[in-house]
This record gives sequence, structure tokens and C-alpha cells, in this order.
Amino acid sequence: MSGLSVNADKCVGCGICVRTCASEGIEVAGRKAHVTDSCISCGMCVDACPVGALSIEKDAGAGADLSAYHDLWVFCEVDDGALAPVALELMAKGRELADARGCRLMGVMGQADATDADANAQALLSSGADGVIRCVDGRLRTNDAELFARWVCDLAETRRPETILYGATDFGRELAPQVAVRLGTGLTADCTVLEMDVEQGLLQQTRPAFGGNLMATIVCPTHRPQMATVRPGVFQANPDAAEKTAACGGATDVSPHGAVEDVALEAGLEPSLRVLGREDATGGDSITSADVLVVVGRGIGSKKNLPLMRELAELLGGRLGCTRPLVEAGWCDYSCQVGQTGVSVAPKLLVSVGVSGAIQHLAGIGGAERVIAVNEDPAAPIFGVADHAVVGDAVEVVGALVERLRARV
Amino acid sequence: MRIVVCMKAVPSTTEVRMDPVTHTIVRDGRQAVVNPFDASGLEVALEIRERLGGHVSALSMGIPDTVRLLRDAISRGADDGLLLSDRAFAGADTLATSYALSRAIARGGMPDLVVCGKMAVDGDTAQIGPELAGALGMSCVTDVREIEHVDEGHITARRRRDGALELVEAALPCVITVAKDAATPRMPSIAGVRRGEAGTVEVLDAEAAGCDPARCGLDGSPTQVVRSFVPERSATAERVEGTSAEQAERIEQIVEGMAL
Ligand SMILES: Cc1cc2nc3c(=O)[nH]c(=O)nc-3n(C[C@H](O)[C@H](O)[C@H](O)COP(=O)(O)OP(=O)(O)OC[C@H]3O[C@@H](n4cnc5c(N)ncnc54)[C@H](O)[C@@H]3O)c2cc1C
Repeated sequence: MSGLSVNADKCVGCGICVRTCASEGIEVAGRKAHVTDSCISCGMCVDACPVGALSIEKDAGAGADLSAYHDLWVFCEVDDGALAPVALELMAKGRELADARGCRLMGVMGQADATDADANAQALLSSGADGVIRCVDGRLRTNDAELFARWVCDLAETRRPETILYGATDFGRELAPQVAVRLGTGLTADCTVLEMDVEQGLLQQTRPAFGGNLMATIVCPTHRPQMATVRPGVFQANPDAAEKTAACGGATDVSPHGAVEDVALEAGLEPSLRVLGREDATGGDSITSADVLVVVGRGIGSKKNLPLMRELAELLGGRLGCTRPLVEAGWCDYSCQVGQTGVSVAPKLLVSVGVSGAIQHLAGIGGAERVIAVNEDPAAPIFGVADHAVVGDAVEVVGALVERLRARV
Repeated sequence: MRIVVCMKAVPSTTEVRMDPVTHTIVRDGRQAVVNPFDASGLEVALEIRERLGGHVSALSMGIPDTVRLLRDAISRGADDGLLLSDRAFAGADTLATSYALSRAIARGGMPDLVVCGKMAVDGDTAQIGPELAGALGMSCVTDVREIEHVDEGHITARRRRDGALELVEAALPCVITVAKDAATPRMPSIAGVRRGEAGTVEVLDAEAAGCDPARCGLDGSPTQVVRSFVPERSATAERVEGTSAEQAERIEQIVEGMAL
């Protein structure tokens, strides 16, 4: 049977696995670890075992005939006629992966009006797509996840892409699981690194591990298409990829370049939801587009220090972001949360204050060009990604800095 | 109105630290609690039942100890609880989880409404709700902030979508996933606690729940973790030394040098 197994030759009975387990799934008896009925195969103990005695074994299940699947697709979201920026970011990454795999890169795009449909398709081709599968149909206006899922599933069932990538926007996070469940395949959320294992065409999908300060690499070995979502801002767009390839005489033999194929939406399909109204939720522009960000964490001590931090952001001409605990405590709005569960940011300058640098937080700041971190703990993980490490008290350092900056204006 | 609320047990602390010496995971607070988003989901369901009448069932997949959380749900007002517990469910990814939950939900006829938290704080994929909807053939509204109206045939709710709030209407049966601000969970009353202690929580294994073992747990999970690792960190940071005033001066220089 599949599940956790103990290599008794390696196990030294240290009991670290027992302390790591949250479900009483493992115990030590007779100086060896034993799996109990409560084990949920979460893998926490596998990571914790210092001698590598634990592993999760899986019976090789019968899966799809993998050789029938080709091509890498990027689902390209269109909002009110405009291509979502994450579509171009995924196109750039998709180009790399498709080149490594030696397969075609296709953009899959649905929108309501013909206006801008050509410009959007062109933008995808310029970003490196070998072709665009496009559907223009009024029923697609509200980005209805179920309707889109049925459309994408129809396409995928007949054309059999090997891989599909989605932007992890609210819409993408609704759509991708609905496609996954209908196709009965795997889906990895919020990947921060994507790599192609060239030989088997296995997409190596890396994301913060469930609940740990670890990264996990996930694959989908026996089902196709293999699917992943990626937050906006994690990868960089490359809007003139096609020109660059042409300029250096790159390969053009894979496909007829630049083909846009229009497909129809099945007659009986209708949106599953009626959108009755829509209002902007976030006042002003969001922190994702700011050039300068001050990001504060629990180390600022108390809510009464927030105004000081906000003043620093204003003096630097930037905006204020925060870590998750501050949102949970109600100090800041969720739209300010930076990280895996919040937004990914890519400012020129990020000043991080009293932030430990948990993996889920770091997942959102990879795009920052320069990081100045203030933390009283010299061993804080945030310093591992900082360009300038300021070991000191958050309020004292920021207080002194604000005073200097104030004096200049 | 028949409502099923999906509830997950999560570690009471999501703080998991690496021991700097042994490089192993140090976990404290092993007592499981209910995922806070699911607690709001239960409250949403109870409020709907108060207005329209009906039946609220709490559903979970987890280890036997999860019965405790379902009793707690009953003490807060759920009519009954159902726990899927079997080693065959172990190691499930979101597809295998949504399969097992969908079998349990469909058992005894389709409910009118399925309520999930918008995500679990320990895994944070936000996939279960939409996958359940697909598996059950129901429509789906995610990240619900406010229920505007429910009647026998429809639900109208305000959902968050990429920086906007949208008011949407869905036909029942429907799956909704809720944010914390959709409702503030009530505390159990004394009578409620007694009801929780006496209440029925049915525990089913995979077979009893009508699940195909090949689609459950590790075997039913298309995705597989092949490696977990502590990411490498560059130690190239410039150390900004001195008193706070000196550090502030240096930071000012750095910012000036960037010509923003
Ligand atoms: C599934 C999941 C998703 C998550 N998603 C996110 C996310 O999107 N974004 C996010 O931020 N977190 C997220 N988290 C939480 C994350 O794991 C951390 O718990 C969180 O980022 C820690 O926030 P923090 O750095 O503010 O607090 P802490 O980890 O408590 O760190 C506070 C830091 O402040 C320092 N400090 C204390 N006092 C002072 C002082 N006087 N002066 C200077 N420094 C001081 C301390 O040394 C410490 O390093 C997620 C967790 C999980 C499980």
C-alpha cells in the first residue's frame, strides 16, 4: 500500500519525527519508528528526519498515455478587453520551458469583444507564443470561471496539451481548479519556480511547502496536462521575445509562426453566474505598482508605531505594505499583505522593517530590486535576501531616519 | 434548505521553525483547531438556516481526533457532523480531497448549498471549493464577503475579485467559499456545549463513504512532492553598523544613491 514507510536500517529511534508529527501518525517503540493508523502522509516527518530513514512511497498508478500529449499552453486572462499583465509574464517563462522541452508554446485567450482581440493576440505572439487559440464571444464577458473551464476542457480534451499555466489572479484561482477536477489531473498553486525536466517533460513546480519554512518541489508524474498557477509579478514579462529570436536567427521550424486560430464556444453554454454589480474595493492604486515600498512586520512592536512607518513610506515617495500577522491583527488592510497569500511586489526599493522573512513572505518579494532590512535579530532570514542589513531596533532606526528625511524637505 | 459546511483541522500555530543547529522542523502547539475561514463558513450557514429553516451538517476529512472539532461545530449550532477518517485518505492532494468530500456530500442527496472557507491557513491553495463545485456539478462563488440574499432557488453574494467587489447571483445548488469578514463565528452556549457532547458525529471510512480507494489519498493524488529544501540564501548583504543615528545616515545615503 502507498504511504509512509520507515527504513529500519537507517532509523536511529531519535524521536524527532514523533515531535514533528501533528497527527500522532508515528511512534518510537523498540528504538525504531513505527507508522500508526493516524498517519496522514503529510511528509512533515520525512523533512525532519536527520538520517533520511523516512519516505513516502507511492504505488505506480496507471495514468494517462503521456506520449499523446504535446505543447505548453498559457491561459491568458483578458479583463474588460485588456490582456492581464500576468499573461505576458507567463508567456516569457513559458517560452523558456517550451524551448527546453522542444515543444510549441500556445496562448489560450477568450474575450467578449472583437475590439483589441487582434492587438491582444499580437502581444502574445510578440512575447514568444508560437500560436494563439482565441475565442471571441459575448458570453465570455464576465470571466465566468465555470464557462471558461468548460471551454478550456473541451480544447484540452481534443488537443491534449502537456502543460497548462495560469495566472493566480482571483479569476485564475477559480478557473484552474475547475479545469483540474474536470480533467482529473493535478494542479499546483502559487508556484515561484518552474523548471522543465527535459527528458520526461515533467514540470518541476516549486512553491512554499505546506506550513513549513521550506520550499517543496512538486511534480505530476502520471496525469496530463500538468498544471500550475503563478502569482502576478513572480516572473518577468519579455514583450519583444519574438523580435529577439528573429534578430539572432533563432529556430523557426517548430510551427508556422504567428498563427491565430479562432475557435467557437459551444452553443448551449451559458455563464453560471449573473454579475449584478461591480465596485472598486481598494481605494487608490495598489502596492503592486509602487516603486518604493516600506514593508512592516510584527517587529514594529505595536500599532501605535504604524504612523511612523507610514511617514517613512511617504517621505520616500512610496507606499506601505505588511506581513500577514499584521493583517490578522487588524492593523492593516488585506490589500497591503505581501507574500504568498497576499500580493507579489516588484519595487525598485523595498525597506523591510521588523520582518522575520518567513518563506511565505519571501515568496512575494523576489521581484524587489534592492532590499534594505531592519531587524534586531542578526540571524533573521530576511537578511539572507537583503542587500543592506541593518541590525537594530525598528522604531529607533526608522525614527532617526524619518527625522533626517524630514529635515530635508 | 440543506447546507453542508466543510471544515478542516489545522495546526493551532502555523509558525513552523527550523532548528538552526539540527536543521529540523520544530513545531509547537500541536493541538489542532478549526481553520478560521471554515469557522466563518459555519456561521454563514447558521445565519441562513435561521432565516430559511433547514439543516446544517459539518463535514470534515481527518484523523479520528477531528471528531472534537465537529462536536464543537454542533455546540455552535450545526445539526450534525460527518467525519471521513481512514488511512486510505492519507496523503491526499486537493483532487483526492475534493473527490472524497464530494462523495460524502452527495451521499443522501445533493444539498442546496455547500460552504467552504476561502482557503486553509496551513495549505492555502484555495482549490477545494472550486474543485468541489466541478465534482458536484454545482456553480461556484469564491471569496464571498457578504451574503445579500438567499431563497430556495438562488443566492446573491458580494465576492472579491482582483481589487473589486462584485455582486453576483447563482442558482442553487451552489458552492460558496467565504472570507473571514463574511460572518463572525458565535460562541457556543452552555446548552450548545451539552448538545455538542450528545450530538451525532458519524465517522465513515472510505468504503462506507462510497469512495473508490484508487481515487483517494496518496493513490488518488496526481501531484507528488519530490523534494523539500531550505532555500539557499546569499550572504552578500552589506552590514550597516553603528548607532541608530549612524545607521539612519547610511540608509539615507543608499536611498540618495539610487536616484529614485
Ligand atoms: C499557508 C501560509 C501562507 C502565508 N502567507 C503569508 C503571506 O502572504 N505574507 C506573509 O507575510 N506571511 C504569510 N504567512 C505567515 C508567515 O509564515 C510568517 O508567519 C509571517 O510572515 C511572519 O510575519 P512577521 O515577519 O511580521 O513576524 P515574525 O515572524 O514574528 O517576525 C518579527 C520579526 O521582527 C523582529 N523584531 C522584533 N522586535 C524588533 C524590534 N524592536 N526591532 C526590529 N526588529 C524586531 C524579530 O527579530 C523578527 O524577525 C503565511 C503562512 C502560511 C502557513
